[in-house]
Amino acid sequence: MKRLAWPLGMLAALLLVNLIFTDHFFQIEIKDGHLYGSLIDIFRFGAPLILVALGMTLVIATSGIDLSVGSVVAISGAMACLQITSLSSQDSIGGVLGAAGIALGLAVALGVGNGFLVAVIGIQPIIATLILMVAGRGLAQLISDGQIITVNSAPYKLIGGGYWLTLPFGIIIVAVVLALTAFFTRRLALGLLIESVGGNAEASRLSGIRSRGILIVVYAFCALCAGIAGLMISSNVSSADGNNAGLWIELDAILAVVIGGTSLAGGRFSLSGTVLGALIIQTLTTTIYSIGVPPETTLLFKALVVTIVCLLQSPAFRAKVFRNRRKPAPPAVSAEEKVTVAT
Amino acid sequence: MKTLALPRQLPRTLPRNYLPVLVTGALFLAMFVAGGIRYEGFATGQIILNVFIDNAFLLVVAVGMTFVILTGGIDLSVGSVVALTTMISASLLPSTPSFLVILLVLAIGGTLGAAMGAIIHYFEIQPFIVTLAGMFLARGLCYTIGTDSIPITDPTFTSIAQTHIVLGPDLWISPSVLIAVAVVVLATYTLHYTRTGRNVYAVGGNEQSALLMGLPVARTKIVVYTISGLCSALGGLLLSFYMLSGYGLHAVGMELDAIAAVVIGGTLLTGGSGYLLGTVLGVLVLGLIQTVISFEGTLSSWWTKIVIGLLLLIFILLQRLIVTTGATRDR
Amino acid sequence: MAEAILRMTGIGKEFPGVRALDGVDFRLLPGEVHALMGENGAGKSTLIKVLTGVYSIDAGEIELAGTKVAFTGPLEAQKAGISTVYQEVNLCRNLSVAENVFIGREPRKFGRINWREMRRRTAELLRQLDLAIDVSKPLSHYSLAIQQMVAIARAIDIDARVLILDEPTSSLDAGEVAQLFRVMRRLKDQGIAILFVSHFLDQIYEIADRMTILRNGRLVGEYATAELPQVELVAKMIGRELAELERLDDRPPARTSDTLVEAVELGGKVAPFSLTIQEGEVVGLAGLLGSGRTEIARLLFGADHAATGTVRIGGEQVSLRTPRIAMSKGVAFCSENRREEGLVPELTVRENLILALQADRGWSRPVPRKKQDELVAKYIKALNIRPDNPEMLIRNLSGGNQQKVLLARWLILEPKLLILDEPTRGIDVGAKAEIQKLVVELSDGGMAVLFISAELDEVLRLSHKVAVLRDRRVVAELPNDDNLTTDVLMETIASGAAK
Repeated sequence: MKRLAWPLGMLAALLLVNLIFTDHFFQIEIKDGHLYGSLIDIFRFGAPLILVALGMTLVIATSGIDLSVGSVVAISGAMACLQITSLSSQDSIGGVLGAAGIALGLAVALGVGNGFLVAVIGIQPIIATLILMVAGRGLAQLISDGQIITVNSAPYKLIGGGYWLTLPFGIIIVAVVLALTAFFTRRLALGLLIESVGGNAEASRLSGIRSRGILIVVYAFCALCAGIAGLMISSNVSSADGNNAGLWIELDAILAVVIGGTSLAGGRFSLSGTVLGALIIQTLTTTIYSIGVPPETTLLFKALVVTIVCLLQSPAFRAKVFRNRRKPAPPAVSAEEKVTVAT
Repeated sequence: MKTLALPRQLPRTLPRNYLPVLVTGALFLAMFVAGGIRYEGFATGQIILNVFIDNAFLLVVAVGMTFVILTGGIDLSVGSVVALTTMISASLLPSTPSFLVILLVLAIGGTLGAAMGAIIHYFEIQPFIVTLAGMFLARGLCYTIGTDSIPITDPTFTSIAQTHIVLGPDLWISPSVLIAVAVVVLATYTLHYTRTGRNVYAVGGNEQSALLMGLPVARTKIVVYTISGLCSALGGLLLSFYMLSGYGLHAVGMELDAIAAVVIGGTLLTGGSGYLLGTVLGVLVLGLIQTVISFEGTLSSWWTKIVIGLLLLIFILLQRLIVTTGATRDR
Repeated sequence: MAEAILRMTGIGKEFPGVRALDGVDFRLLPGEVHALMGENGAGKSTLIKVLTGVYSIDAGEIELAGTKVAFTGPLEAQKAGISTVYQEVNLCRNLSVAENVFIGREPRKFGRINWREMRRRTAELLRQLDLAIDVSKPLSHYSLAIQQMVAIARAIDIDARVLILDEPTSSLDAGEVAQLFRVMRRLKDQGIAILFVSHFLDQIYEIADRMTILRNGRLVGEYATAELPQVELVAKMIGRELAELERLDDRPPARTSDTLVEAVELGGKVAPFSLTIQEGEVVGLAGLLGSGRTEIARLLFGADHAATGTVRIGGEQVSLRTPRIAMSKGVAFCSENRREEGLVPELTVRENLILALQADRGWSRPVPRKKQDELVAKYIKALNIRPDNPEMLIRNLSGGNQQKVLLARWLILEPKLLILDEPTRGIDVGAKAEIQKLVVELSDGGMAVLFISAELDEVLRLSHKVAVLRDRRVVAELPNDDNLTTDVLMETIASGAAK
């Protein structure tokens, strides 16, 4: 749990700032059977980011990256809204479920496409997903015919803006997806295989791991998460905006993953770290609003955080800056490594 | 002296390095001819000149991006630096002489680029993530200057914006096109006739080898990001001439257009192979797509993005094919 | 004899815990081709790296043309006239041939690169090496042999007096090797000293004037090639010293049982070979480094694609396209390259241990944690893995213990054929003895083992029969009876044929 110390500390510091500067920040109350409060809002507005970041975590663990999630968010929202507007009754629960299903199916198909380009054709992940990042915005607008589709559907509104059992529905979705992800990766063996592929692809192949299949599943899952996030975002405002929905969410998601302690080089990943990372970003945004700093500076803070976290993760930086303070490495280990190099 | 004829020297009239550029050139021609047949008033010189006029800033930015991608890197900060340049220009111009403003924004762009290059090289952090931070930083600085669009009324800027350079009957260009063409010529010269330029290709081809051959790898990497920063700032100036305003939301997503232009122009994203001519053709293709779509009338603007995405896909697959067949032959 | 251009005396180089070079003397005369010989871990690479300034030396001194030198990097060595051409050519293959020769020092006119002059001078330079190629084409257009010659041309034009060719012939065909040798002879005539490393004995005897042999970081001696018979060379490289291992029981009895694996004319990166392996049989592969041992292992595991031949496992013909298929037929392969092909360094001992089992079961059927702990505890105990903490990251273990974990990874699967590629290399004597004992136990239990090792003693002690390799070719298959000794094996390796 040492790896979570940094993000936990960061989150604590942010909350402390709020404790000092914001009145009633920690106050949670129940109005009309719904939970309200700044903390709840952080979870509620941060839900889509947490979802996208969860998918991104697994992709990054395979030493890949997915730039297309923002576009998938837009496509999924547009598709769902388009389907709902074609319903005879927008309040039909079955119809909304069907619409959501079609939207998520489309998202998964796009993810499989990404995975295919990476795993089978062998294109670098950043480039393979760049294609969908560019074309996806166009696709989203194609689906919505360039309009902002507005829907008036109570069941759909529930996904991103509603409450269930006093909790915002978005939080419940996040909890379910997180639990499922944790189940598949940690209770089942998917996580180990992903970490193995990301940690040493050749050794994994020689151990008999089907890395192609795993890569495709991971990219599909990442797109699915983005798809759900797209439903939430469009449901929250009851409309789909192909141009702006999910704009830059890929960057925030990558940032969340990195803050959470998963290395961009792949290998070990931490789901709880990612959730913390996403919460930090959301809290940062909320804090900046609540303490009266101009909200425009959020980007500056993010730039600062990215730089610091990446510098701290960089072995070259640590070697150059902390050179004098480092203890010599334990001899037994480095001896073996050096000899392998030397022979 | 006896010389050997070598069995492996295959007769090839067309080096595979030029193939992508030729494909892009052919694509551009085909689009132009098809447009000329299909639409009234399409096949005129001014249509092509208009593509230049409307995309001069993109061309300049894509030139900088070409340098970076040739070394195997990437620069996501270009769009934000363009926006920052328009913003700084617009906010300073009322009180500062225009030539000072121009020098200042160029200096800022270059410095930002150099700083990112240094971090990438010395701390061995992926270019993608460093320039991402640069992107946040530049956009954030825009918003701290102001969140609204600021109009530019400076006489120098407005006069540049309104000047038409007449090339012939019904043919004209803007001064920005001249600047962009000058940048392309200068960059081509640098890439092909200076040691720095050749070092760019060497570093992109194999950084380890370049080091062992005694080439200044650190300097080269820092220089390309500096060039990219400078080009972004210059592109920002051209955009200021074009828009006559500074705005934090200018050039959102422009990094994608620039990368797409470079890739469609046949430059390998893994570095080491590509030509500036390709990038110019890439920008022209992107511009012509927009022109065709506006001529078509019934097609909506978002088709631009879809077509660009498809082109990207095709060209990346093509690149992959070229690299794979090349690798097989080289064993 | 001419004065040495390069003289290294008493060179010592120590890495934490290992003495890689110990009092090694080495000299190189102008106008000679000098072969540097030795098996894995002999110190060849270290010596070259010390010479080219990649490593600093702990003891001794280096003199170049009578002046004491201490290089801090390959560039400095290059400037002083010591150039190295590696097997993986260190050039930029995307650039033209001419540029590769001249980059960084291109001829210029009015400040711009004079391409015409550069091409002219390159063509002239290559003509001196009997090479007539279009110098404006990218280097990647040409074969590896030509790329190496371009690298040599660059080195010579930078004024190299000492040229180090590190395994240049590994992936060249016969015609290309001949061409390279012509160039080397020409350079020799020009008075350039060439240090040549190769695993092909024939090539050494064809081109080298003298050789220096290293073993275990020490100098064995310096010999004129013409005066050292091949069998003595092999003996000097491999050595006869018996490691102080605890004696195993006598050579295991030969078995007669069912045929497990039958490879017929199987070929790829090695010449087509035929090999049968019985159940419970230990088959040794003997041969020098680079003789094709690993290639055979990879073919049988489906890690490389076979170009020719067929394989039957348990009587059934199988197409070994991927490691998974081989695994499903009961084949396991423990690679010699632990770091790149074995370990997943960020994972724990436990996770590394169960990796192949988990891969076999797929992601949806996890090995229950309790079962994992049992298996891990069992193998940590059985193989004496230290420290016995299953939750430690594997990269923090010593080489011998990492090797045992990787072995355990395959043993868990209870394979029918276990391929061990240099399982005892680079690990301490105790661990070595334990692994040898394990092989005997496994074989007694009915598992077939393909055992690859550079140490003939070890091969002899464990195997029921031995296939001998030389220059990527199986040259003999010898039953391990009383007539088979390390001498016979060496003789076979050296002569390339069974007596």
